[in-house]
Amino acid sequence: MIELISQNPILAALVALVGLAILFGALLGFAAEKFKVEGDPIVEQLDELLPQTQCGQCGFPGCRPYAESIANGDDINKCPPGGQSTINAIANLLDVPAPELDAEHGEESEVKTVAYIREDECIGCTKCIQACPVDAILGAAKLMHTVIADECTGCDLCVEPCPVDCIDMLPVEETIADWRWSIPVQPGQPGQMIATDRRGELENQSTSGDAA
Amino acid sequence: MNKTWVTPGGVHPPENKLQSVTQGIGQLPIPETLVIPLSQHIGAAAIPCVEVGQSVLKGQVIAKPAGVVSIPMHAPTSGTVSAIEHRPIAHSSGMLAPCIEITSDGADTWIEHEGISDYEHISPTKLVEMVGNAGISGMGGAGFPSAVKLNPGRQRPIDTLIVNATECEPYITADDSAIRERAAEIVEGIKILSAILGHPHHIMIGIEDNKPEAIEALAPHIEGTGISVVVFPTKYPSGGEKQLIYILTGQELPSGKLPADIGMVCINIGTTYAIKRAIIDGEPLVSRVTTVTGDAVGIQRNYDTLIGTPVSHLLSHNKYDQQAGGRVVMGGPMMGFTLPSAEVPIVKTTNCILAPSYAEIPDDEPAQPCIRCGMCAEACPASLLPQQLFWYAQAQDHERLEAHNLFDCIECGACSYVCPSNIPLVQYYRAAKGEIRHAQDEKVKADHARERFEFHKERIEQAEREKEEKRAARREAALKAKANPPAADKTDGASGKKAEAKPSSSAADIIAAAQARAAAKQASPEDQQAKLERTIAATEQRLIVAEEKLAEAIASDSDKQAVFSAAVENTRQKLQQSKTKLAELTA
Repeated sequence: MIELISQNPILAALVALVGLAILFGALLGFAAEKFKVEGDPIVEQLDELLPQTQCGQCGFPGCRPYAESIANGDDINKCPPGGQSTINAIANLLDVPAPELDAEHGEESEVKTVAYIREDECIGCTKCIQACPVDAILGAAKLMHTVIADECTGCDLCVEPCPVDCIDMLPVEETIADWRWSIPVQPGQPGQMIATDRRGELENQSTSGDAA
Repeated sequence: MNKTWVTPGGVHPPENKLQSVTQGIGQLPIPETLVIPLSQHIGAAAIPCVEVGQSVLKGQVIAKPAGVVSIPMHAPTSGTVSAIEHRPIAHSSGMLAPCIEITSDGADTWIEHEGISDYEHISPTKLVEMVGNAGISGMGGAGFPSAVKLNPGRQRPIDTLIVNATECEPYITADDSAIRERAAEIVEGIKILSAILGHPHHIMIGIEDNKPEAIEALAPHIEGTGISVVVFPTKYPSGGEKQLIYILTGQELPSGKLPADIGMVCINIGTTYAIKRAIIDGEPLVSRVTTVTGDAVGIQRNYDTLIGTPVSHLLSHNKYDQQAGGRVVMGGPMMGFTLPSAEVPIVKTTNCILAPSYAEIPDDEPAQPCIRCGMCAEACPASLLPQQLFWYAQAQDHERLEAHNLFDCIECGACSYVCPSNIPLVQYYRAAKGEIRHAQDEKVKADHARERFEFHKERIEQAEREKEEKRAARREAALKAKANPPAADKTDGASGKKAEAKPSSSAADIIAAAQARAAAKQASPEDQQAKLERTIAATEQRLIVAEEKLAEAIASDSDKQAVFSAAVENTRQKLQQSKTKLAELTA
């Protein structure tokens, strides 16, 4: 055996490599079958990052279809409710540069909104109920409708179909429970004085105060 | 002498405690109006159960707890409810929150109340219920409902009860003076706690060595009770729950765990006094000891303050000089926050009102860039990396912030205190924590919205499917009505009726119906003969027409010649078939 190898080193190497290739090929093939991932995990991950308002501003009927489209190479900057932070997160996931939000699909709004039905004016046509993607509107034909504010994603889709224009998008008011500290103004940012300026100003203030 | 452990980090700011502790606990005149916020604790805000204009007695329940993690509120004095509305409260946001305002009648008449003296013979559940009904929440700072903390329905037994008398923050002396004057009642409260918790093996009062008078005051009362007073060197912050547990037991509380998970309960010493009052005297929590201090007030002293007393009342009573001090802080100089207005009320967690002069605590210096000196990391009592957290907070890198255990930060302010660049580090951490919590909430909401959207889609699809099925069933029924003339129905009773009786759309029924129709056709030979004869006549007619057309095409030498000849052949074959069938039938 050893003699044979030493006499035909090239042949022996070939045989060994081919053998290894077949072995690992079989192993990989087995692994691919055995640990096969059902569905497209990237779509799931993208869907996780999207804000789930289901507003359709991206041009797709819901967040998941848009996630599928992104997975197939669509632009990632079509989601106004998610805004720049969502674009950044998707860019990070896909390892692509993060573009600005595409203004064609709408602008990112600072405040979240919820739909509010002016109940006196509602005629009970059920059109908004049919438009709501998350079943957040309660009501029946010829009876007044109302929005379940906690379930409303603020997608705007109910405003357009309303024949009497009785739906307003109201900003969600900040309560004491969801108030948050803000990041302090950072040194070097516009609007920030340098330390010596500020100190001078304070001294002036206190002296003028003393004089008064 | 008990062994103590030394926590990492920590700072030694000037204590400034002496000025407020020289006089005993004072009494304030009852303010004209008291404002009781409905949320003074962790958990759901209480629900008002009185109406505007109603007169209330001291200690009467004015708001009921909303859920398990909540506490009731009691009228701090007798008078009338003058308003239930949003008022400024002691919160860093400066926002308004629902409050009940009581205009006092000056009589301070107690509601009828009764305590129990032999608490040893009462079940812990009942005692916990009494603590809950007295509206007691942790008085050290966080304000966690005590009844929830003491709830006996826990997984593992409590073997250590730690009473927190550390009071490590500068200026504050509320606990110190309370121990000096109320040691007996405090020890009584600890005994009640011990009874509730099933007499834990170790009961320790943790206290810093800068309160010798308080330690002395406790000594005679704890003799023979099994309670030990553990004295340890003064350092800020030793009073945090995690820090105190480590100092007293050497055990580290794992991240994200509660003391109960390692068999401990940690209770503030002010809370033990409130528990004693609640059980023995039957009095709900309507007042607490609050330190009023700082160079901007003329009298620096502790007061037994009614909950709901406006801060302005305290300040004016203590000769506050607005010119001398620019701001009023609730809490201490390290962890307290500047009040948005002096009209905010004292709440159950208010241990100190600090009105410093400009000289004492100057305004914040503008922050300068971080020079990476690392002093913050040395000062951090939680062994975190404040500098790293600072960078990540600036970059809003939530993942890395969590990986660096941002949520183990107790916001003690030691890092900001030592920072030579005056960077408000704690504010960065608070903001980052808020952002992360907000993002988590948003995630939960988004998941919920996704679930609802998927359900909505499913529902629409199902409705569509049902409609489609109904349509198919109708189409089927119509076909059947056409194919099944009444005569056929009579000739074939069994299968035909069966198919008609169930106009269902299932496949089996459709097949059955088709079979029934086929059977009906076969079952009437006369009909078939007549039909065949009609077919033969018609086909013969067609054949003649086709032959004519073919002849025409041949005459005009059209290119459709082949098509017509095929048609003629076809018709001729059909005629032949029909004739054979008729012959078979008549045979």
